Amino acid sequence: MSDPEERRLLTPEEYRAAQDSPEFLELKRRFRRFAFPMTVAFFTWYLLYVLLSTYASDFMSTRVFGNVNLGLLLGLAQFVTTFAITHLYVAHANRQTDPIADEMRGRLEAHEFARDGRATGTGGTEGASRA
Amino acid sequence: MHDITAAAATTETIGNPTINISIFGVFVAITLFITFRASSSNKSAADYYAAGRNISGTQNGLAIAGDYLSAASFLGIAGAIAVYGYDGFLYSIGFLVAWLVALLLVAELMRNTARYTMADVLAFRMRQRPVRMAAAISTLTVSLFYLLAQMAGAGGLVTLLLGVSGEAAQAVVVTIVGALMIFYVLVGGMRGTTYVQIIKASLLIIGAFVMTVWVLGKYGFNLSALLGGAAESSAAAATPRDVLAPGAQYGATGTSKLDFVSLGLALVLGTAGLPHVLMRFYTVPTAKDARRSVVWAIWLIGIFYLFSLVIGYGAGALVGADEILAAPGAVNAAAPLLAFELGGTVLLGIIAGVAFATILAVVAGLTITASASFAHDVYASVIKKGQVSGNGEVHVARITAVVIGAISIGLGILALQAGINIAFLVALAFAVAASANLPTIIYTLFWSRFTTQGALWSIYGGLIACVTLIIFSPVVSGAPVNEATGVSPSLIQPPVDFHWFPLNNPGLVSIPLSFFLGWLGTKLSKEEPDELKNAELEVRSLTGIGAEKAVAH
Repeated sequence: MSDPEERRLLTPEEYRAAQDSPEFLELKRRFRRFAFPMTVAFFTWYLLYVLLSTYASDFMSTRVFGNVNLGLLLGLAQFVTTFAITHLYVAHANRQTDPIADEMRGRLEAHEFARDGRATGTGGTEGASRA
Repeated sequence: MHDITAAAATTETIGNPTINISIFGVFVAITLFITFRASSSNKSAADYYAAGRNISGTQNGLAIAGDYLSAASFLGIAGAIAVYGYDGFLYSIGFLVAWLVALLLVAELMRNTARYTMADVLAFRMRQRPVRMAAAISTLTVSLFYLLAQMAGAGGLVTLLLGVSGEAAQAVVVTIVGALMIFYVLVGGMRGTTYVQIIKASLLIIGAFVMTVWVLGKYGFNLSALLGGAAESSAAAATPRDVLAPGAQYGATGTSKLDFVSLGLALVLGTAGLPHVLMRFYTVPTAKDARRSVVWAIWLIGIFYLFSLVIGYGAGALVGADEILAAPGAVNAAAPLLAFELGGTVLLGIIAGVAFATILAVVAGLTITASASFAHDVYASVIKKGQVSGNGEVHVARITAVVIGAISIGLGILALQAGINIAFLVALAFAVAASANLPTIIYTLFWSRFTTQGALWSIYGGLIACVTLIIFSPVVSGAPVNEATGVSPSLIQPPVDFHWFPLNNPGLVSIPLSFFLGWLGTKLSKEEPDELKNAELEVRSLTGIGAEKAVAH
């Protein structure tokens, strides 16, 4: 490619070895353990809100105080949950996934995952010398 | 100077065109200067497409807000709330919650694996040329829909604020907006565009904040009193509506309710598939900065939409639905009219300048995305098969930017007569993004068995279904004639009527269809997924190894 940025190369086998490593499986598990259920949760909550607004408009028009009705409050609650999930995600990433990702990136850069498959030794060294 | 209030009462123009134009002129002068400064460090493809990847997380958060808070957000949502109340509020909730999809599933993983375009990720472990071609076609379609909305917004705004009426004069203004946008993109590249978006986002949020405090101040900082004022005003309007309860816009029939659900789905799933939003993630040095920028964007966008709620109800209460709908630009005129009501000519001039800045910054972002997609995916990968020398790709991207600019000027001039709510036009762009792009992105990142055929089926299937349903919907033909205005809201007026799809918003059908086609295409495909490329994609996306680095200058 015509890109001027010199990229250090890892062999496909190194990626394969990294993918099968226990720490990567743990990283993947931790990432998905948060992202997937949380996606289902906020999506369901949003859909519920849209459906209530559409098909239960009398319920949503219930006055709570003054001119403020339930629909408006639940709508504002969508803002609150969005901000809260954002905050929770950042905390989760900082504590649970970033440390593993950073550590693995360091080991990948040092070609530590090439050791498992000696057949790729030449590819690994070649990559290392390019780094 | 002539008597402004009298002018406002008797003609269609409000405010003082000279003040409006001068404030806009100041913004243009400042941004042009900054764009020139940015052009000196605009050499490589990474500079042109991704601002050298050294925009900070905070800066990028502001730029994302600047890119995302288009004229549709500022003018369209405030207007929809002013006239229809609650139903307009739902637009903003969909636009905001959508960012969680980007934050949790897309932003960091895309930053780690792509270089310049959405297709970089979609084609990563697939056969390059067909998938890149499909992703480029879908990118261009979404960007053109979005551009159309912005240009239509520019036209309406011009009529209202600059006292320019008559089709020829409006065409001149749209041409000026288009020419400026081409200039920003050609000279400043992504870095110049980013700075324009940052300035615009700051101005927009400050402007909205001032208006919000002003409106609330009029009601003793009591939200309930403001809502009461809006309800009272709209109950006394020519067409009385209950702006506090859901359903003023979409609650009429079973079909319109379904339309609303369909809209809600497209809004929440569209954002993370918008190519110009995805491209912003490539301008930061690392995935952590991508995360930081989304967090900033969510806060800024969320707070802005809370302001719009107040501005919208404020316009409904203080200006009134009748006056808004009678103004040129109709619902899109609510925020400028409110500014005039509150602060007279000067505040109107400032808000008008901000609205122009908004349109300019968004069209620049869209143009650079569309031109990058054509140059990087179609020209360099499909036509030249990766054999492009030197800066050939960037050269092609610049030419493409000019062509796209010219096309959008043409479409914008055509769109002037349409008079559709621009938030609605943007909603259609979201529907295409949610149908063609998002399912493919999700499968690519999280389903290891996904194949080239699956990707092609979900992109083309979602895209074709979405566009076909729009063509045969009441948006294009066959919507009943509005008795007040005597015209149909459709693009093509009666007696032409070829619509058979009842909903204006296609998302309810086209999004699930695209997910289904991606699954079916994969299940029926004869080729095995490339496991080694998949391993590389997985490891790179989660660890950030091999991710593109920032360019040192």
